[in-house]
Amino acid sequence: MTSGLESNAKPIEPLLRVRGLGQQYIQRRAFSRTKFCVGAFEDVDLTLFSGQTLALVGESGAGKSSLARCMALLERPSAGTMELEGENLLTLDRKSLFRIRRRIQMIFQDPASALNPGLPACEIIAEPLAIQGEGTRLQRRERARQLMEQVGLDVRWERKLPFEFSGGQRQRLAIARALALRPSVLILDEVLSNLDAPNQDLILKLLAELQSSHALAYLHISHDLRLVSQFADEVAVMYQGKIIEQKRTRELFASPSHFYTQQLLASVRSVESILLERSA
Amino acid sequence: MRYLARRLLHATLLLLAASFFSFAILQSAPGDYFAPMGLNPQVSSRTIAGLRSRYGLDRPLPVRYGHWLRGVFNGDLGLSFAYNSPVAPLLAIRARNTLLLTATSMLLAWLIAIPLGIWSALHRGKWGDRAGGAFASALLTVPDLMLFLVLLLVAVRTGWFPTGGMVSTAFGDLNMWSKIADIARHLLLPALGLALATLPPLLRHVRSAMIEVLDAPFIRAARAHGIREWRVLLRYALPVAASPLISLFGFSVATMLSASLLVEVILSWPGLGPLLVDAILAKDVYVVIGAVMLSSVFLVAGNLFADLLIFAADPRVRVE
Amino acid sequence: MPTLLAVANLNVRYRCPDASEQVAVGGASFEIGSGEVLGLMGESGCGKTSIALALPGLLSKEQARVTGSVQFLGKELLTMEPGALRAIRGAGIAMVFQEPGMALSPVMRAIDQVAEVIHAHTDLKWDECCAGAQRALSRVGLPNTQRILSAYPHQLSGGQLQRVALAQALACKPALLIADEPTASLDARSQNELLALLRELQRESGISILLISHSPEVQARLADRLMVMDKGRIVEQGAFADLYRNPSDTCTKAMLRTSAHANAAANFDFEMVT
Repeated sequence: MTSGLESNAKPIEPLLRVRGLGQQYIQRRAFSRTKFCVGAFEDVDLTLFSGQTLALVGESGAGKSSLARCMALLERPSAGTMELEGENLLTLDRKSLFRIRRRIQMIFQDPASALNPGLPACEIIAEPLAIQGEGTRLQRRERARQLMEQVGLDVRWERKLPFEFSGGQRQRLAIARALALRPSVLILDEVLSNLDAPNQDLILKLLAELQSSHALAYLHISHDLRLVSQFADEVAVMYQGKIIEQKRTRELFASPSHFYTQQLLASVRSVESILLERSA
Repeated sequence: MRYLARRLLHATLLLLAASFFSFAILQSAPGDYFAPMGLNPQVSSRTIAGLRSRYGLDRPLPVRYGHWLRGVFNGDLGLSFAYNSPVAPLLAIRARNTLLLTATSMLLAWLIAIPLGIWSALHRGKWGDRAGGAFASALLTVPDLMLFLVLLLVAVRTGWFPTGGMVSTAFGDLNMWSKIADIARHLLLPALGLALATLPPLLRHVRSAMIEVLDAPFIRAARAHGIREWRVLLRYALPVAASPLISLFGFSVATMLSASLLVEVILSWPGLGPLLVDAILAKDVYVVIGAVMLSSVFLVAGNLFADLLIFAADPRVRVE
Repeated sequence: MPTLLAVANLNVRYRCPDASEQVAVGGASFEIGSGEVLGLMGESGCGKTSIALALPGLLSKEQARVTGSVQFLGKELLTMEPGALRAIRGAGIAMVFQEPGMALSPVMRAIDQVAEVIHAHTDLKWDECCAGAQRALSRVGLPNTQRILSAYPHQLSGGQLQRVALAQALACKPALLIADEPTASLDARSQNELLALLRELQRESGISILLISHSPEVQARLADRLMVMDKGRIVEQGAFADLYRNPSDTCTKAMLRTSAHANAAANFDFEMVT
């Protein structure tokens, strides 16, 4: 939540730092030799701090999801550096990378497709622990139950399959799974988009609680600027693969400099202002 | 076009490898064409050695292979010992007959599989679907051999169908239409047998491809727009279901070629099958190699054709 | 305002594999007037989509048991014979779905998809259907270029796809449009453009809309009246402005975010910009 970090607070060490990150996809036309490069994003500088939320906004297709996947170590960027507490992540070998993966976790937009439909809830949550080889089966199940409680799911539902949960509950399940390995960074890719209003508020509340109790850093991608104004400490605006503006939330909303940001903000209106305009 | 050139190159390499291995494997079998003659006390070993030398069977394998390969580029596929005539024309006629049989069976099989599969998908779970499934399972369990023998039995007992061959004895005297009708009558039983033998997997795949497509959101959207049901099936569902089926088509060419050998032998269809069997038993080397190569060519061509079909049918494949 | 659609005591019960029934909608009664936009809000799973599918008869008998009365222009839809119902779908009642990419056939071009709808409801020849399709596509704001007309769905953006879906729905000038979360999968700018387009089209043609959306901002843009559903029942109905300012049911309050906290935050940030 907005913590109001002002200039008289002591400087905090950056947790995850990204410099000059770029990603290009090479596509080949069928039946021919010609390749053409599709640039997803380039020259991206971002810094995540412990306990703070950086929101990433922009149009679909601007490269946000691609950036998210690179930062979650799901893809290798074609340029740039990534440092977690000073350790350069892109030069690590496979074994060290495996160790690091638990520090950065990602939650996706559609929980229905992100959860294994054949596994019951407790096994979904315990899966990362099993992959990283942590604890015995009993210990993993116990930890899964703990996590279910933490995210507000009824522990008696641990054997239920994903389709038996509602959308909001599935997202909680995904969050529980992400927390299993005690990460420091959570990357949230449009996690609220498929939820209705009451659920959005509930999940935001949960995320805020978890952030303060576990000192997590969030990179929260969202196209809903109204929600962004509620939860973000800092906002970065992405346009055609580049970060065009990055400011503290209040500053950005009060005085956007780039024309695209201004356009974005102009398209967001409160219900009251809409009703006013309609009755005019 | 580059893609096509690459595929053709791969195909050529594949055919080369197939030919070499066939040569090598045949060579490793003990004896050769003239070996049985050695059992006959009236034939002297000098005569046999002379025959061997005349036909080049005493030269080492790589030399013979190289010689054969050179001949292939000139259209000469070697000599058949049994028929004492060049292999190429011998194979050409038989290959044409096999092609006729397999093409007709393919057509027949798909003509049955597609409507039946669509119908099963539409009536999923009801008695019609279950009946279709039982039929497919039954066909699958019956060994091809038995299926073909049953058909032969039917032909012999009822006399409705000719019991073998491709043409009747009076073929030469018939006019063109009667000739075609005659061939068709002889073709019916083998083609039907081959089609039934390869039908079960086709049927099940059409059914599952259609079921998957019919569950897709865009089908419901098309119905919501008031499109007539048959048009939804043909214009919306079938084109999308076609992609996996076209790949299946490529595979089914292979299965059909192997099954065709059996049906040709049993129902006496004068194709590559009987020729190949006899040649293998007699170790008529060049005939065997030639027949194997032809089958490989059909297989590769069938798959290439399937790939081109997919490219034409599914626009998503065109843009990688 | 003459009544276009009158729904009385609509019940939708889904058939479960174990032969029991699950009630998705219970006793729903509402009306849509000619030229009116009725919004439908509720939590996910409350029955909104079930109503949307049940009205034009898109739930098959194997899937669900639909009882009650649905009168469209005076004719009862639930007992209508399939051929007549099919004719009404698309030409009388049209639908737009949430994910346009999935509601369009992946192997047909944009212009063909719209032309098919025209072809299904008129006796025009195919070229005339294509001409009509072009007109429908330009009416929804898509440029009349060869690139767009002959594009396949995977070559178009989300916003463009939703416009194609809208062109399909409006091609035969239906009296009622059912829009099930039409903007949910679009980004902020495309959302804005689509809503403005819908408003303009609605004003021009006087079409009635049943707008299903969980977002209060979307409903505020278009809805004249609003219905709120909870667990299959309609809990509150009325003019949108009234419901927003004086909600009585807790579900309504939750859906419209009329808690004091949320309002304050919204007011703060956006009064500064707009």
